[in-house]
Amino acid sequence: MQDRLKIALLLAPALIVILVLFFGGLGVGLLRSFNYMPVIGLNDPNLDAYRSLLSSPEVYRSFGLTLYIATTSTVIATVLAVATALLLRRSFPGRAVASFLVQLNLTIPHLVGGIGILYLFSQSGSFARLAHEYAVIAKPADFPALIFDPYAIGVILTYVWKEVPFITVITLATLQALGDDHETIARTLGATWGQAFRHVLLPQIMPGVLAASAIVFAFTFGAYEIPALLGASHPQALPVIAYRSFTDADLAARPQALALAMLIALISGLMIVVYSRALRGKGRG
Amino acid sequence: MARLRRVSAVLLIIWLILPLIPLAIWSFAGVWRYPNLLPQIWSYRPWSFALSDQSGVLSSLALTAGIALAVTLISVVIGVPAGRALGLYTFRGKALVELIILAPIIVPGIAVALGLQTVFIGLGLNNTVTGVVLVHLIPTLPYMVLVMAAVFAAYDPLAEDQARSLGASPAQVFRHVTLPAVLPGIVVGAMFTFLVSWGQYILTLTIGGGRVQTLPLIMFQFVVSGRNDITGAIAMIYILPGVLILILTARHLTGRSAALTGFGR
Repeated sequence: MQDRLKIALLLAPALIVILVLFFGGLGVGLLRSFNYMPVIGLNDPNLDAYRSLLSSPEVYRSFGLTLYIATTSTVIATVLAVATALLLRRSFPGRAVASFLVQLNLTIPHLVGGIGILYLFSQSGSFARLAHEYAVIAKPADFPALIFDPYAIGVILTYVWKEVPFITVITLATLQALGDDHETIARTLGATWGQAFRHVLLPQIMPGVLAASAIVFAFTFGAYEIPALLGASHPQALPVIAYRSFTDADLAARPQALALAMLIALISGLMIVVYSRALRGKGRG
Repeated sequence: MARLRRVSAVLLIIWLILPLIPLAIWSFAGVWRYPNLLPQIWSYRPWSFALSDQSGVLSSLALTAGIALAVTLISVVIGVPAGRALGLYTFRGKALVELIILAPIIVPGIAVALGLQTVFIGLGLNNTVTGVVLVHLIPTLPYMVLVMAAVFAAYDPLAEDQARSLGASPAQVFRHVTLPAVLPGIVVGAMFTFLVSWGQYILTLTIGGGRVQTLPLIMFQFVVSGRNDITGAIAMIYILPGVLILILTARHLTGRSAALTGFGR
């Protein structure tokens, strides 16, 4: 009994802060998306904001774009990260440098990576200059549009750059926790490299990899600054149109902005389920 | 196989460093027009402008650091006890508590910040540093709690009982037994919590309303106004704490470290 009181007291401050700020913020956003806010005289909740979102072709395009950015970035980053983790597990010349750079990347804010990608891949960027130097292109416009483009290549490149190291570190931690090199045992028992990877290693690292991918998907679905910096002007990613309609001079757009915020919360909230399922019974304590 | 490994390693190293190269070069560019591969004129001007009073970079640096320090301090004070509860005990409702703490790590900031902003207006917290510190707690506190839960999961509280049975007061037990054992974990967790706050963009923009000008906000302004040289210098300043913290913590960080996993959101 005394233990329960102690646990409650230890947890209380953190839980209060998170419940008030995070769940409070979400709750108020939800009410506001129903245009319900008694303190400022909005007493009749309605679904107008959601109706107008559902009837807007721009929102559908934006949703499709955001889903495409998040899915593509997550899949590419996950595949490359597993390969990177398997690479970093073995010793090779330059391994210390590579490990350091992987960890360094984790400390670099997304915005810095995004600006670096901009200066590398824009039509007057480093690669366009290289292409000009070797007479591949004659003028900047000849260089393919990889930034502000409809396929959001620049946005995806930035996310891949930032998220590969993140998933790699989690995969390495999973590998380290596994300890014994089970797949080498499988190899000595006659399994091919592919068989050992598919049947022995992959099932073991899957929970950690899946959990990390869920975090990456939720993040890339809801992040603002990279699509705001590198995205095309039409369509724009959901977080970008949410923020822009929130700051619109027309206050009537506010409930719509909050309805978009709720949509982002819902999709990323689904990732909590994926994350928890992936880790169920694994790595507890 | 060994050759494939070597080629992949070289590609990996180049790819990881690549986006930082134009930023570093731009910060020393006097004139660098298309299609020159390198600046026509090298110069310290971007740096001397960035470090001058008129650019506002130094005051923004101090503000960003001040906010991150305040956020880290609060996260440590509140997060360490919660981490202890989650790391040392099993109790009914623990899964729910873990879910509540996990949610802010996964749900993007913009989904919460827009709702919070409408409340903060009423409380006078909008466009204030206090408001920004409070909203930064949303991603940092859960992170600190999870790091400390991992630290306490590897901690043996038996020594505390022994100290108590030898007559130590609760304060003495904390100072001489608990703290020395978990301090390295707190320090590493705190440094990475600092970086989580340091990296925030949309939370600061929404709640700070453009008035609380942290480094990423002014860097964004310089990049959209086409000042690549100043942007490069600010970017170099902006990544410095991360580099320093990584060097300082390198010996504490293994693949197993909880400080790195879950970090970077």
